[in-house]
Amino acid sequence: MSQPSQPGTVETTYRDAVREAIREALHRDPAVFLMGEDVGRYGGCYAVSKGLLAEFGPDRIRDTPLSESGFTGAGIGAAMAGMRPIVELMTVNFSLLALDQILNTAATIRHMSGNQFGVPLVIRMATGAGRQVAAQHSHSLEGWYAHIPGIKVLAPATLEDARGMLWTALEQPDPVLIFENVMLYNMTGRLAADAGAVEIDKAAVRRAGRDISLITYGGSLWKTLEAAAALAGDKIEAEVIDLRSLRPLDDAAIMASVAKTRRAVIVDEGWRSGSLSAEIGMRIVEQAFWELDAPIRRVCSAEVPIPYPRHLEEAAIPQVPRIVAAAKAALGRE
Amino acid sequence: MTIAADKPRLSREHMLELLRQMIRIRRFEDKCAELYTQEKIRGFLHLYDGEEAVAVGVIPVLESRDRIVATYREHGQALVRGVPMTAALAEMFGKQEGCSHGRGGSMHLFDRAKNFYGGNAIVGGGLPLAVGLALADHMRGAGIVTACFFGDGAVAEGEFHESLNLAALWGLPVLFVCENNLYAMGTALALSESETDLQRKAACYRIAAEAVDGMDVVAVEAAARRAVHQVRETGKPYFLECRTYRLRAHSMFDAQLYRDKAEVETWRQKDPILRLTTWLESNHLIHADELARIEAGVAAEIADAVAFAEAASWEPIGQLTRFTYAEPVATANR
Ligand SMILES: Cc1ncc(C[n+]2csc(CCOP(=O)(O)OP(=O)(O)O)c2C)c(N)n1
Repeated sequence: MSQPSQPGTVETTYRDAVREAIREALHRDPAVFLMGEDVGRYGGCYAVSKGLLAEFGPDRIRDTPLSESGFTGAGIGAAMAGMRPIVELMTVNFSLLALDQILNTAATIRHMSGNQFGVPLVIRMATGAGRQVAAQHSHSLEGWYAHIPGIKVLAPATLEDARGMLWTALEQPDPVLIFENVMLYNMTGRLAADAGAVEIDKAAVRRAGRDISLITYGGSLWKTLEAAAALAGDKIEAEVIDLRSLRPLDDAAIMASVAKTRRAVIVDEGWRSGSLSAEIGMRIVEQAFWELDAPIRRVCSAEVPIPYPRHLEEAAIPQVPRIVAAAKAALGRE
Repeated sequence: MTIAADKPRLSREHMLELLRQMIRIRRFEDKCAELYTQEKIRGFLHLYDGEEAVAVGVIPVLESRDRIVATYREHGQALVRGVPMTAALAEMFGKQEGCSHGRGGSMHLFDRAKNFYGGNAIVGGGLPLAVGLALADHMRGAGIVTACFFGDGAVAEGEFHESLNLAALWGLPVLFVCENNLYAMGTALALSESETDLQRKAACYRIAAEAVDGMDVVAVEAAARRAVHQVRETGKPYFLECRTYRLRAHSMFDAQLYRDKAEVETWRQKDPILRLTTWLESNHLIHADELARIEAGVAAEIADAVAFAEAASWEPIGQLTRFTYAEPVATANR
């Protein structure tokens, strides 16, 4: 993502953008605090919160014991009592130990209490494969979370979103989960020096095109843009949609693109069966079936726990050639 | 009756009020059981019969700014806390005038005005929530106490241990009230815990802990006074194990195959209402007409509540998806 330097921009990484977002939130609102395993002394397992402990102290950069359920639930309670906690769960894999708190408490309290209590909590976690850390550290389960009514699910793919989504999330009256793809933390690029909050309820067209819609989010966005560039070499102009919010989905943006291109490929690092891609595909069928000129196609992870060896890991998750091939197949140009 | 502790509170008036509150819960729940057989109340219904001394001993000791977290067996806690009986019963009917707008039912009584945080049907699920409420108060130096009620079954859940550890580690003002009624559904405590002396577990986390005869409302109140005072003074957690017994089945579906009638009969002799009444009578502190007056007052309140719940309305199906997320506020400042 290297662009020529523009005036008013700074060179940064996705990691630093997230850190800046957290710093800003801590400065802006004394009710905000960050809590999670190794967020303080260690500096965050992905170095996202490095330096924050020195700046804000152990009360607001709060190291927790290995108790995903306990401290996620504590975040829920603190949010209900007027604080604005940011709970960091190292990876989505470990978030499963807190799934009960997220699903059965955070997502349900507003409904079960007849709107008396809400849970304005933000939970951040890493997701995704590509670092050869084997199955228990590599899964992409954000699509599962997108299944749950009562929460919002965000997937920042760009520096702007890494920087901007957090504050908007903290302003929400309901729980918001933010999934940061592990492969993006080192991504560098230029970001407006005054970058701040962004809206979180709209998908974005990251590349305009007329021939086919490539619908994706998070870590797969960059592979999909690469695929679109390759397709352009074959005179295929692909439109790339970055969903940004996985729950709620921006149906209007998806349908507008499909209405224009009449073809769609969904790229999703989750497993194919029961995936977010299945949901999106079905929505297109429900809402835009008559606009379609070809069957919808999907590029998802293979139905296997993510393997450790590089070649198998690469083969398991969506890659540029598979996206290109799927797009061409949808256009009848295999 | 333990009457040594905290003498000033042992006025006759006060004793009669304790008795009245216990009778109020007992008669209310007797009525609920009846309404359940009439299918006015559906779903799960967990009665508190035999355990009333715990809620009545603990809750009036709390201030209105203090917070309460309860389980699905929470009618007693809700009533003593001041959730109107009308709203509680309407909730069990599923009517929108219920204290949770009818969305929660018997297991999810909530009342924001009373700082009553439910009503949680996940065994152990309320403990992290209580820790978080207390964390918020701790961070703001509020001097508020959060009382968390849970059963002996919850002690086997990981969240119990995570929560006690967090509360002790961070010095949080939580009063853990364990209602040890010796059974988790049909599983006796001795079949589920290697250490059945539960307050010892709290002591392992360096939490001040004591066990009290939970069938003796005066003893519970005296212990609760010590405990609440200590939590408020020190800001640290306290563990109060109330040794009690549920005289009825776990829920309306329970045939009670796991315990014999003789055991229940033995405990019936310790019924907290019988016990306090007998003590008051033998000390000539209550007259038959006073008891009759209490019963009549309670009966009238229950009759009102039934009429209220019957007359209350069903939420229109058109509102089905309300309260999944906060509704947009009219003031469009974002
Ligand atoms: C996490 C979880 N596991 C199992 C259940 C099913 N369940 C409902 S009540 C109960 C027994 C709990 O016993 P205890 O905590 O002692 O409370 P009591 O019912 O005796 O008041 C069980 C196992 C549940 N609701 N939640």
